[in-house]
Order: sequence, then structure tokens, then C-alpha cells
Amino acid sequence: MARMAGRRLLFAAPVLLVVTFGVFAVAAASPFDPVKAYAGTAGLTASQHDLDQLRANLGADQGLVSRWWEWLTGALTGDLGDSSVLRRPVADAIGERLGWSVLLAATAFLVAVVLGTALGVLAARRTGGPLDRCVTSAAYTLEAAPAFWLGLLAIWFFAVQLDALPAGGLTDTASTTVSFDQVARHLVLPAAVLGVSQLPWFTLYVRQGVADALEEDPVRGARARGLSERTVLLGHALRSGLLPMLTLVGSRVPELITGALLVETVFSWPGIAAATVQAATSVDFPLLAALTVLATAAVLLGNLLSDLLYGIADPRVGFDG
Amino acid sequence: MAARSMRGAIRGAGAAALAGALAVTASACSSPGGGGSGKGGDSAVVGIAYEPETLSPLLGYGKDGNSKIFDGLLTLDARMGLKPALAVALPEVSADRLTYTYKLRQGVKFSDGRPFTAKDVVFTYTTILDPKTNNPSKGELDAVKEVRASGDDTVVFTLKYPYAPFAQRTVLPVVPEHIAGKQDVNTGDFATAPVGTGPYKLVKWSRSEKIAFEANPGYWGGAPKVKKFTMAIIKDDDVRATRLRSGDLDGAILPPNLAEGFAKDQHKKTYAAKTYDYRNVTLPTGNKVTGDTAVRRALDLAVDRAAMVDKILDGAGKPAYGPVPTGSPWFAAGTERPHDLAAAKKILDEAGWKPGSDGIREKDGVRAAFPLWYLSGDKLRQDHALAYASDAKKAGVDITTQAGTWEVIEPRMKEEAVLAGGGSPGDPDFDQYTLLNSSLAGDGFNNMAHYANETVDKALDEGRKSGDTAARRSAYDSIQRELVKNPGYTFLTHIDHLYVVNDRWDGLTTQTEPHDHGLASGPWWNVETWAPKK
Repeated sequence: MARMAGRRLLFAAPVLLVVTFGVFAVAAASPFDPVKAYAGTAGLTASQHDLDQLRANLGADQGLVSRWWEWLTGALTGDLGDSSVLRRPVADAIGERLGWSVLLAATAFLVAVVLGTALGVLAARRTGGPLDRCVTSAAYTLEAAPAFWLGLLAIWFFAVQLDALPAGGLTDTASTTVSFDQVARHLVLPAAVLGVSQLPWFTLYVRQGVADALEEDPVRGARARGLSERTVLLGHALRSGLLPMLTLVGSRVPELITGALLVETVFSWPGIAAATVQAATSVDFPLLAALTVLATAAVLLGNLLSDLLYGIADPRVGFDG
Repeated sequence: MAARSMRGAIRGAGAAALAGALAVTASACSSPGGGGSGKGGDSAVVGIAYEPETLSPLLGYGKDGNSKIFDGLLTLDARMGLKPALAVALPEVSADRLTYTYKLRQGVKFSDGRPFTAKDVVFTYTTILDPKTNNPSKGELDAVKEVRASGDDTVVFTLKYPYAPFAQRTVLPVVPEHIAGKQDVNTGDFATAPVGTGPYKLVKWSRSEKIAFEANPGYWGGAPKVKKFTMAIIKDDDVRATRLRSGDLDGAILPPNLAEGFAKDQHKKTYAAKTYDYRNVTLPTGNKVTGDTAVRRALDLAVDRAAMVDKILDGAGKPAYGPVPTGSPWFAAGTERPHDLAAAKKILDEAGWKPGSDGIREKDGVRAAFPLWYLSGDKLRQDHALAYASDAKKAGVDITTQAGTWEVIEPRMKEEAVLAGGGSPGDPDFDQYTLLNSSLAGDGFNNMAHYANETVDKALDEGRKSGDTAARRSAYDSIQRELVKNPGYTFLTHIDHLYVVNDRWDGLTTQTEPHDHGLASGPWWNVETWAPKK
């Protein structure tokens, strides 16, 4: 198990290297001009001389490879560079936002896993029954619904019509301190929306897994031995039914990241999503590269985690050689 | 720009979501929460659409004055007149108009308690002018040759050339050297945690969420009565209107159609700020069609500006005949051009542009047709562009409107028309010099139309160098009259900015506003002098 983890981490290094270079190459090929993005409206009246000076200061006049190399060597020594769009060191910019994004994503993930498992088990108990049909069709509908659409719907219903929950932000508009209960209240809608948007995959996987398991010999045997329905369902069927879901846990990470991006935008959640969009459209190389490394690392770790969980849950699988 | 179009997509989807939800929910109970929030008069929350990239004046924040956290040497009053702020009086100008001397106010402290001195002023200006400082607006201080302190209470600016509007550039905020001088000017945390001499102190800037201020009790101009002031950053117009209606906000900037919805609300007042914010069409000299003076003059007459103000701006604006708004004291009376399609046709006929079989004119085998670019995602520019094209069509000129980002538009600006915008209030030099001077043709976004007119060039120099108001006035008058004879741009409209604010305070006014929606714009430009209503 440790060997597998070690090998994967070793493999992660070249992947990250290639991915960051890819980001620099794609950004350099994009039609966006970092100098114009930096200058904003002021750039529309600035003289060419000032714009050229700015280009040199920002290092935007250097070649793709030298810029990448500079960033990479800096990053290895712990210096992630300065973000041009946020006018501050990348490490600070990410540091103050990442926590909020992780909080949002983790809460949403918990909602999706817990609710998804519960609904999946309930649906699998009587496949083809009315509850199953309801859950399954709702899941298929949700699968097709984009996260930001759900977000706008939630704002319209819970914030505008019912006035029950805040429509956006991390705390109340007039408040200047970040308190636990305020954040908790403001977290409900975005986390619920993001969680619900991830829900169908978990529900459908669990439902299928448990339904299949209920048909398998060991479970039928358990039933025949007269064990209670509850023990059969939760003790036997769910255990093997959960296996496919463990793979899903890891593979949903990228979806969770893109989903969070949209949800944060809709709810003006001060996470890294807005920074990511800005970094991309402003060709802010240092920020973009750092965020990409983070996202790639999250995906790789997600995959590793699901493989480890799978290995633990089902001893037959073992850890890849 | 991509963020912009993404917002558009989200809003479109939002409308779809609402429609869908309405269909499902049979009883849609409207009218969510009336006005009148329970908050006291000493706190105000306003919704704004734009967020600054930085709060450091060294990087461009507050360069047009009025920045809440900071003060400049001078400041602008409600009628855009210069008055002293950190200086005790307007500057003394030497006879050759190359030296400006400012006496500084004594006893002023930064909000951290340290005194403000001449060294801070010198530091501020020299840092901005340093080539290593990434301040994209530094060109505005181009005239400065040297700035030095003479004792603790006097600052002397020496200019490279006489520059009449220089005093108006010194509304620029002054920063404390003892803080900003100790860090990297481009990335230091002064940009997010600034300290100044202004009426408010920054409490918290939560990016893309809000900027919170509290009153500076030691402010030299007297402690503000509004103790807490918060700017919520809400980019979507509809969300801003909704949060204003729900009582979450005390005021907000709104587009005309949404401001209309508050017209009957007794607890709220609408303020329309006059602006220098214009929309125009560049007519590049490099294009065979737009480069012909007859075509330019014809388009100038064929366009129906009044209809644009009515239909596109819902009446919140004015027809524009040049960068100077008709209401400005610098406007040359008599240069208004009424909509006159017949006269436009006559000019084209006489110049030899004859209608072809499809109604589009031709001359020497050149078809009277050209493309007109506008910034994609900008609804207002799109509307202006379409209206302009339709007006031109009636005169026999075929304009193809095309949307694009600046990256797409910029390389084409020399030969293809662009629906542009701009405008800075105050001195007539600010807009006209960069817009019309032939030596600045194609220099970045300056003089996008590559306009070249000797009379105009001469008048621009006169207006810039002369210290005599009458001489300046005649120079700018002659420019405006020259633009009637040979327009380099078709100016369409000046746009009012609308604000809806709870009627809970006394003392609300608006300044004349620039194109740029800075934080200082809006009735809260002088929030420090508001007083709660009894």
C-alpha cells in the first residue's frame, strides 16, 4: 500500500511538470494580452511607451520557455511569484481563498456522499418500485442540470421568494467580521447546490451496486439463513455495493472543482474560483500555473485515495504492482 | 472579457431558470420585502458593479481624486471646481507656468497617527513616475520634470512644458512614505491594506465580495457622521436591484430600465449623474470610405442622436457632438448638429458618391461600406452600433457591425471603425489631446481614428500651454468648430449614470462623472458629509 502511494507520487512529478508547461503554452498561444488585462481601462489612454514599459516590468516580453523555467525554479524554492491580476504574491492570494473553497467543496462532497448513499440504498431495496422510479428519474434530471442553473433557482426560491437564506457572500453585507454562525448560514445554499449537483452519480452507483449485490449468492444465502432485512441490506449488500462508489469518489474530484467554480461565481463566494477565471482571461501566468498545479494535485490525490479505499474495502483487489 | 460573456451566459440561463420555475410554481407571490431597513443612519451599504484591482494610489487607485481613504493636494467639489485639500490653497504658478508651489496643511495625520509631511508628497509622485512602478496611468503625469520638498510644508513641482490643466492632476492621493516606502510597490500589501489621511479607514477588503470602511475620527476635515460605510461588489445588475429591494443595500448603481422600477418607491430617491461618458464611432483615415471628409460629414448629419438617447438610454443621457458634453462650460454653443438626412444625402451626392443598384453609394468603384466593431458582451455599445448602422443605411452607407474583444479589434483599428467610449471630466485637454492629436495617432488606444488636422493640432497645443482662460476657451472653441467641418469621429451620446438610494440622509449630490465607473462615482462621492435625516 505504501509502495503504491510512493510510486504514484513519483509519477505525479512528471505529470505536474507537463501540465504546467501545457498551461504556459496554451496561455501564451491565447489571444489575450497580459499587459492590456493588467492596465484595464487605464490602458485605453496609456501611451505605447508606458505600455511597453509595463510589458517589460511584468516580464510579458520574455519567451514562453524562459518564463516557464523561471516560474518552475522559483516554485521549487518556495517562491510562487507575484500575481499580476491580484497585485500580490501568489501564495498570499491563494492562501486567503483556498480555505473557503475547500470548506465549500468538502461540505458539498459530504452532502453528496451521505445523501447519495441513503437515496441509493432506499431505491435499490425495491428496484422498479415507486420510490426507485422517483429517485432514478430525479437523478437523471439532475445529471442534466448545470450547477449554476440550480444555483440561480435556489437563490430565486430560498433567498428572494422565501427570504429564508442569504443570496450570496460569505457574511452579511454590512458585517465586517467573519463569525461561525454567519458563515454557516451563508454556506447552506452554495454547499447544498454543489452537493445536489454531484448527487445523481453517487445515488445511481450505489443503487446499481446494492441492487446487484442483493442478487448475488452470498446475500441470497444470508437472506436464506433468516437474517433480518436490515442486516442483509446494510451489512452485506451495501458493503459490496459501495465498491464501485469508492472509485467514483476519486473520479468526481475534477467535476467538483469545475462545479465549485460556477457555484462560487453565482453566490459571490470568495473562493479561488473567481481568481481562476481572472487568472485565465488575464494570462496571469504565475497564478494560473499555481492553481493548475493545485487542481492537478487534487485530481491525482483523489484517484490515489479511491484506489486505496478500494484496496482496503475489497482485499481481492490488492494494491497495484 | 471572458468573465463578462460568462456573466451574460449566466444571466441568460438565470432568465430561463426563472421562467421554468415560474411555470412550475403556480402561485408566484411577488413584492419581496418593502423598503426601510432597520439600520441606523450612521451606517450605509451601497452596491457597486466594478471592483478596483488595487487600493494603492501608487498603482492608479483614486487618481481622479476622491478616494475615501486618501486625500490629494487638491480636490474637486460638486461642481468640479478645484479646492484645496492637503494643500492650504491652490498652487502658486510661476510666470513661465513651469513651476507649481503648494503650501501644505499643517497638523494632518495619517490614520495610523504619524504626521503627514512634504516628504510623503514627493515620495508619492516620484514612485508613480518610476519606470519600475506598474502604474498604467502614469502618462497623466507626463509633464512633471521634478518634484521636491522645500522644508516640511512646501512642495514644488517643475514641469517639462507648460501644462495648463496640471493643477487638476494633483487631486491624486498622497500615500505615507513610512509604510508604502518599505515594501514592493507592485505587490506589497499596501495595495490591500492602505493607510491614508482620508475621511475613512479601510476595515476589510474581501475581494469580489465587499469593501468595508469606518469613519476616521481624527479626520482633518471633521469626523464623518456616517460611521460605517460598505461597498458590496455585485456585478450582476439584476442581483443588485433585488438586493436593494430586499433592504440588504441602501443604494446602488442601476441601468435605466431597472432604476425605473424604483421610481414610485417613496423611501428611495433616484439620482442621475451627468457625465463625460461618451460613446462614439471612430472613422479611421486609413479607410477609403471613412477617410473621405464628405462621408464623415454625411454620417455626422445622418445619425439620429435624439432617438438613441430615447430608445437606447431610456432618456438618461444627452446627444453628443464631441467629447465635450453640451452642458459643459467648455462646450462651443452652435456646434450642435440636428438630425438631417436630406442634408447628408446632398453632401454625398455632391461629393460624387452615387447610389448603386442596391441603394448603396459608390464612388470611383469604391462601395460606401465599412465594418464597425464593438466590444462583445457590451449591450450598450451593441445597441449604439446597430442604431448607427441603420441610420447610415438610410443615407446609402452600408455598415456591417461585428462583435469582438479588444484583442481582435486592436489590430484592425487603423482601417476599420470601432464603437468606442471614454470621457474624463474637468479639463478639456484630458480627452481632446489624446483623442485628436495627430502625433498620437495609433499610439496605443490614443487617437484611434488616426485623425490629423493641422488647425486642431495647433489649437490643442495652445489650449494646453496657455495659462489664460480666454485664450484656452477660444482654442477649444475652434477645435469644436473644426470637428463640424471634418469630424474624425461620430459622437453619439453622453450617458447619465443612475443611482437609487434610500431617502435617509441629507446632503446627497452627484459630481460630473467620468467614463470609468470608479469607486468615487455616485451620490456617495461625499458620503463623509452626509447627515442622518431627523
